[in-house]
Amino acid sequence: MPVMLWTDALVWFLMATVIVFILYARRREHLSAPWRRVLTSSAAMASAVTLGGFLCIGLIDSIHYRESLGAVKGDGKQAYAVEVLSGLDWMLSDLRKRQEKTYSAPFALHLFQKESLERPDGKIVRVYPRLHHAGKHLQDENELTGDIAWRFASGIVSGSAVAIALVMLGICWIARHAAAPYGAMLTAIMSGATQVRWRPAFLALWVLLIGVGLAASLAPHYHVLGTDKVGQDVLYQALKSIRTALVIGTITTLVTLPLGVLLGIAAGYFKGWIDDIITYVYTTINSIPSVLLIAASVLLMQGYIERNAELFQTTAERADIRLLLLCVILGLTSWTGLARLLRGESLKLRELEYIQAAHALGVTHLRTITRHILPNTMHIVLIALVMEFSSLVLAEAVLSYIGVGVDPTMISFGTMINTARLEMGREPMVWWSLSAAFSFMVILVLAANLFADAVRDAFDPRNAMGRVAAGGTKA
Amino acid sequence: MFAYIIRRLAYAIPILIGVNILTFALFFVVNTPDDMARMQLGAKRVTPEAIEKWKLEHGYDRPLLFNSEAAGIERIASTIFFEKSVKLFALDFGNADDGRSIGHEIRTRMWASLALAIPVFLVGLAVHVTFALILAFFRGSYLDFWGVVVCVAMMSISSLFYIIGGQYLVSKLLALVPISGYAAGMDAWKFVILPVVIGVIHNIGSSTRWYRTVFLEEIFKDYVRTARAKGLSERVIMFRHVLKNGMIPILTGVVVVIPSLFLGSLVTESFFGIPGLGTYTIEAINSQDFGVVRSMVFLGSVLYIVGLIATDISYTLVDPRVRFD
Amino acid sequence: MTDAALVVTNLRTAIAGANETIHAVDGIDLSISPGQTFAIVGESGCGKSMTALSIMRLLPDAARIIDGTVAVDGTDVLALPEAAMRNIRGRRVAMIFQEPATSLNPVLTVGRQIEEVLARHLGLQGPPARARAIELLEAVGLPDAASRIDDYAFQLSGGMKQRVMIAIALAGDPNVIVADEPTTALDVTIQAQVLDLLKAMQTKRGTAMLLITHDLGVVAAMAHRVAVMYAGEIVETGERAAFFARPSHPYSRKLFEALPGTAPRGTPLSVIPGQVPSLATAFVGCRFADRCDLVHERCRQAAPGWSSLSPGHTVRCFAVEAGTKPPVRAVALPAAVSAAAAGKPNASPLLEVRDLVVHFPIRKGVLKRTVGHVRAVDGVSLTIQRGQTLALVGESGCGKTTVGKAIVRLVAPTAGRLSINGVDLTNLGGSALRERRADFQIIFQDPFASLNPRMRIEDLLMEGMLTLGVLDNHASRSKRIDQLLDQVGLPKVSRGRYPHEFSGGQRQRIAIARALAVNPKLIICDEPTSALDVSVQAQILNVFAELQRELGVAYLFITHNLAVVEYLAHRVAVMYLGRIVEEGEAASVLHAPKHPYTQLLLSAVPRLDGMTRRGEIIGESPSPIAPPPGCHFHPRCIHARDICRGSYPPAVVVAGDATHRAACFGYE
Repeated sequence: MPVMLWTDALVWFLMATVIVFILYARRREHLSAPWRRVLTSSAAMASAVTLGGFLCIGLIDSIHYRESLGAVKGDGKQAYAVEVLSGLDWMLSDLRKRQEKTYSAPFALHLFQKESLERPDGKIVRVYPRLHHAGKHLQDENELTGDIAWRFASGIVSGSAVAIALVMLGICWIARHAAAPYGAMLTAIMSGATQVRWRPAFLALWVLLIGVGLAASLAPHYHVLGTDKVGQDVLYQALKSIRTALVIGTITTLVTLPLGVLLGIAAGYFKGWIDDIITYVYTTINSIPSVLLIAASVLLMQGYIERNAELFQTTAERADIRLLLLCVILGLTSWTGLARLLRGESLKLRELEYIQAAHALGVTHLRTITRHILPNTMHIVLIALVMEFSSLVLAEAVLSYIGVGVDPTMISFGTMINTARLEMGREPMVWWSLSAAFSFMVILVLAANLFADAVRDAFDPRNAMGRVAAGGTKA
Repeated sequence: MFAYIIRRLAYAIPILIGVNILTFALFFVVNTPDDMARMQLGAKRVTPEAIEKWKLEHGYDRPLLFNSEAAGIERIASTIFFEKSVKLFALDFGNADDGRSIGHEIRTRMWASLALAIPVFLVGLAVHVTFALILAFFRGSYLDFWGVVVCVAMMSISSLFYIIGGQYLVSKLLALVPISGYAAGMDAWKFVILPVVIGVIHNIGSSTRWYRTVFLEEIFKDYVRTARAKGLSERVIMFRHVLKNGMIPILTGVVVVIPSLFLGSLVTESFFGIPGLGTYTIEAINSQDFGVVRSMVFLGSVLYIVGLIATDISYTLVDPRVRFD
Repeated sequence: MTDAALVVTNLRTAIAGANETIHAVDGIDLSISPGQTFAIVGESGCGKSMTALSIMRLLPDAARIIDGTVAVDGTDVLALPEAAMRNIRGRRVAMIFQEPATSLNPVLTVGRQIEEVLARHLGLQGPPARARAIELLEAVGLPDAASRIDDYAFQLSGGMKQRVMIAIALAGDPNVIVADEPTTALDVTIQAQVLDLLKAMQTKRGTAMLLITHDLGVVAAMAHRVAVMYAGEIVETGERAAFFARPSHPYSRKLFEALPGTAPRGTPLSVIPGQVPSLATAFVGCRFADRCDLVHERCRQAAPGWSSLSPGHTVRCFAVEAGTKPPVRAVALPAAVSAAAAGKPNASPLLEVRDLVVHFPIRKGVLKRTVGHVRAVDGVSLTIQRGQTLALVGESGCGKTTVGKAIVRLVAPTAGRLSINGVDLTNLGGSALRERRADFQIIFQDPFASLNPRMRIEDLLMEGMLTLGVLDNHASRSKRIDQLLDQVGLPKVSRGRYPHEFSGGQRQRIAIARALAVNPKLIICDEPTSALDVSVQAQILNVFAELQRELGVAYLFITHNLAVVEYLAHRVAVMYLGRIVEEGEAASVLHAPKHPYTQLLLSAVPRLDGMTRRGEIIGESPSPIAPPPGCHFHPRCIHARDICRGSYPPAVVVAGDATHRAACFGYE
C-alpha cells in the first residue's frame, strides 16, 4: 500500500516546480543565461553531480509504502504492516534487516565488546562473539583480507565500467546536441576545452559510481561502516540520513520563501506604515536568539504531538509530522533575513526609472510588483536559498544535539552524532558512527556550498558585468 | 546623534513588548499551565488534584490575563501574564521549577560564559580580519584562491565535528588540557583555552570569507585609485584606507552580538562542561523548565536590542557621515 | 622636443576579456611641454581614459600595457619597478579624476588626505604639513580653508570636492597633471570655476597637463594642442587654433556637426551612422571606414598614415591626403513645427501649472518632528501650448526634475494647481488619475535604468497600452508596436529582444516609443540626452524633432544643456532654487538674457571659438533647505542692491515681446 507522507508530497511538489521552471527558463534567454554561466564553473559541475547523487537517494527514500502482510482479514480487507518503508529501504533491505547485537567495527567479523558465552562444555568464557551476518560466506576467517581486497577491486572495476558507459552515452548526446563529430567532442571534453565544464562533471560521476560500486560489492557481505549500539548497519543509517537533511534544507524554504518574498517586497515597495509594521515584526523575531525560539517552539510542538498521539497511525507518520513541523518552525524563524534583503532591494528598485515609468503609465501596484519588482529580485531570492540550504543541514545536527531536532526514531545526521558521541569516552573509541555521519555531511554541505558559490557568482549582477573597465568616460 | 540613540531606546520598548507577548502566547496559550503540569508530573501521577497542587506550587494557579475574582489593580496584577511576563521588564525572572531563583543563577553563571565568549570574540575578530586582509592583499593569486577554497571547506564542516575532533585530539590523544570541567578564577584558563581555540577555528571559514568580500569591495572603489595615484604603498592603502572603510560594514555584523556574549554558547559549554548560561539553558530545555527558557528568551532579546544600540554608537566612532549628521 | 615634460610613444594597452582581447589603446604618441595643455577628445569607449590610466600605471587588473614608452622628464616610467613608480606618482605625475564624490576617502578628513601626499613625497609631517595643506586649500579657492581642512568629503559640495582633488594633485608639486574628465560631473557654472582654477594653477606653476574630455567646448577653453581619439588611436592632432579652424578628419568634423548649437533650428543634426567598432577587432583598414561618408575602396584595405595639413596639424585620412572635399550638407527642411501643429499663444494651453509647490519635509529629533523643508519647487508657474516645446533649464538641485515629476504626479504637489488639456489634475487620485495618464508621459535620463531588464521590448511597449486601454484587441496593439518601433527608428525584429541587447541610444529610443504608445499630448523629457555621447544625442534630438512635426506632441524638455535648448525649444524657463527666474521665447532668452543668473549660466558655457568669458563666477548654488532671504540669487549677483536682500522680486516683462519675463529688481 503506497503511503504518501506529508514531506514526500512536498518534496515531489518541489521537484515538479523545479522541472517546470527549467522547461520555462529554457526558452527565455535572461532566465537561462546565468544558469549557463553556472555550467562553466568546474566546481559547480562537480558539485552538481554530487548533489544529484544525493538527491537521487533522497528521492528514492521519499517513496513510501506499507508492506502487505498477505493475509486477508475477516472483512475482506488486506492487512498491512505497521512499519512504513521507503524505496530505499526496499533496495537496502539486506542492510536494514541484518542487524547485529551491538557495536562492531567496519569490516569486523566479531562484535566490538566481549560477551559471556557458554561453551558446549558448559564453561563460560568472555570472548568477542562472531557477528551474525558479516562475512558469513567466508569458510575461514583468514580469507578476510583477500576477500575484501578482491571485492574492493571488483567494486572499483564495475563502478568504473558503469561510469565509462554513462560518460560515453553522455558524450554521444552532447555531440548530437552540438552537431559535432563524436571524436572531436570526446577530445574537447577530455582536454577540458569545452565551455560547459563536462570534464569535472564526468570525473565526479566516476568517483560517485566507484563509491556505489564499492558499496554494491562489499556491503552485502560486511558492515562496511560498522554497526551502532543496537547493531544497525551504519552505512544504512548514513544513507537514510540524506533524505532528512535534504527535506530540512528544502522544505524549510517553502515556508521562508512566501513569507520573506511577500513581506520583504511589500515593506520596501510600499514604505510608510506597512514598512513600519513588517520591520517591527522581523526585528522582534530577530531579537529572540534563534536557537531559543526554535527550542521553545519545538518543545511546544513536541508536547502537542505527545498529547495527541492518537492522530497518527504509525510512528513513521508521527516522526514525519514532527520533521515537517520542524521545517515550519525553522522557516518561521529564518524568513527575516530574506525579508530584510528584499526590503532593501525593493527600496532601491522602487526609485528606479523603469518603476517610475510604470507608475506614469498607471500600472497597478500588484502588477508593478509582479512584473517589475519580483523578476528583478529573483536572483537575490535564489542566492539566499542556495546559501540557506547548507546552513540548515548543519543546523539540524546541532538542534538534534540540543534535543530539539527531529524525532529520535528518525535517522538523521544529528541523531547519529547524538547517539554516537556518548561513546566518545569509550576505550578504544567507537569512531565509525561519528566519522560516517561527519563525512557524509561534509560531502553534502561542501557540494552545496560550492554550488551556491557558483550560483552567486553567476547571478550577482556585479559579477555578471565582469570587472572589465572599459574606457567609458560618461556616467 | 543623541536624539537618535534616545529614539532607538524608545523603539526598543515596543519590541520587548512584542517579544513578551509572543513568548506569553507560546508558553501559556499554546501550552497551557495544565499541560505543563501534566508534563512535569509524568503520566502516572496525573490527577486533577496533583495538577492543581503543582500549579499552586509554581505560581500558575491564577487566570491568564484577567482575574475577575480579585478587586482593583489586582484584577490585572494577580494574573499569570502579570506575574510571569510583565515582571520580566523589571528583570524579575522568578524561580525555576526546582525552586531556585533564576536571576541568581544568571548572575552567578554569566562569568563562566563570559570567560569563554569574550576571548572567542576578540581573538576571533583579530584572527579573521587579519586573514581576510591577507587574502584581499594577495587577491587573484594562488594564495587567495586556495584560501577561499579552504574557507569554503571549513564552513562545510559541522561545529560538532570541531568540538568532538578537538577534544579527541588535544585532550584525549595529546592530553594537554582536561576534556571538560571548569574552575573559577585564574585556573579557568586551562579549561577555557581549548574551547576558545575551537570557537575561533570554527568561524574562520565564514568570517574570513565575508570580511574578504567586504575588503575587496572597498579595494575596487575610486578613492583607493586616488590613494594609488598619490604614490602610497599597497600596505598603507590597505591599513589606512581600506581597513578603515571596511570596518564600517563589519561593525554592523559584529557589534550587535557583543551583549549576547553573556548568553554563552549552548553547544560548546555543554560539551566542555562549563557551568555557564549556555549549559543552564540546555538543561532547562532538556528538563522542559519553561520558566528558565522564557527568561533566557527575554534576556536574549534585551541583549540583542542593546547590541543594536551599541552598533549605532559604534558607527559614530568610525563613520564621520553618521557622526556629523 | 627634448624638454617635453611628458612624452608618450607607441603606447598600447590591452584588456584581457573572457574570450577576446580588447585593444583599448592602440599605438598612441603624444608629447606635452611644460606649461602646455594637451587635450584628448573623443566619445565613450574610444580609449582615452585607458590612455590616462596607462600613463599613471593605474590600470585595472585585467589590463596590461603591452608596448610603448611613457617618458616623464626623460625617465621611461614603464620600465620602472612598481616601488620606483610610486615615487613618480603624486610627485612627478598627479591625476585628477572624474567623480569627485567617490574619489575622496569618506572616512578621512580632507586635510589628512592632502598631508598624506606631503608626508609621502616631501617628508612634511605635523604642523608644517598642516600649514602647507591649508595653503594648498587656499590656493585652490576653498573658502575658509583653515577650518575646512578638518571637514570630511561628505560635508563639501561637488565643486569643493573637486577643488580638494586638485589640491591633492598639486601637493606633490608635480610636473605633469593628468586630468580625466575633471568637470564632467559638475554643473556648468562650477565647471567654469574649476577650469579657470586649473588654468591659473598651470600658468603659475608651469605644469604640463593632459586633459581628457568629451566636450569640445572644454577643449576650446583649455587646450594648447588637441588630439581626437577614435577606436583606440589618435586620428587627428593639431594646435588648438588650427584644429578648430579646420577640423579635417571626417570623424572630427562629424563631432562638430553633431553639436546642437552649430546647426540652425529646424535642420536635422548631422549624425554618425553605426557604432564604434569593438576594440577586439583586428583592424585592417581605417577604423572609421564603416561610418564615414567619404569612404573609399582604399580605406578598407590599408590603414591611412599621417598626412600633414599645416605644421603640427596632422590627420590619418586618405581623403584628406587626396584633398577630397567633404560633401555639402543637405539642409533646407520644413520648419520645425508646422503652423497647424503649433498652438497659438492665445488658444487654451495644453499644460497649465500655477504656483506649484513641492516641499519635502526634513524630520529630525526623538519624535522625528518636521524641522524644516527642502523647498525643491517653491512656486512655479508654466504654460505649454499644444505641439510646442518648453525647455526648463537650471543646474542640479534647482528643482527642475521635481517639477517634471510633479506634473506627471510621480510626486505629490504640496500646493498649486495643474491642469492638462483643460482637466484639473491637482486633486485627482486613484482611477480618475489613471484614466488621464495617457495624456502625459515621461522619459528619463538614464537609458540603462529606465527599461526593465527582464521584459522584452514588445512587453514593455504593450504594458502602457494594456493598463490605459489603448486599442481594444491584441492584433491592433501588436501592429501599433511595429509602427512605434518604426517611428523611433528601430527595426521590427527588436520587439522580441531584451533591453541589454541595445546600446544607450537605442534604449532611449525604446523609452520614447514606450511613452508614445499611449498617444500622449505632452511628454516630459527629463535630461533624455545627457547620458549619451554627442553623436548619439544628435540622433535622439532628431527623433524628438521629427515626432513633434509628425504627431504634434508637446515637450517639457528638462535639461542643463543650453545648446540642446537652442536647437529644440520654442520657449525657455530658467529655474534657480525652486523658482523660475526668467521665461520667454528661446531666441530672446538665449541671445538677450535679462536675469543675471541666466547671463551667468550662458557665460559659463565654454564656447567653441575659445573666446574667454567676461566676469568672474561667484559662489555656488545654496541649499534649497534654507534659501537666502530676498532674491535667492543676490549672494552671487554682481548687481545686487539692498532691495534684493529684502524681498523676492516679482516677474516683470523685460523686453518688447510681452512674453519675456524675468524676476529681477533690475528691470522694475
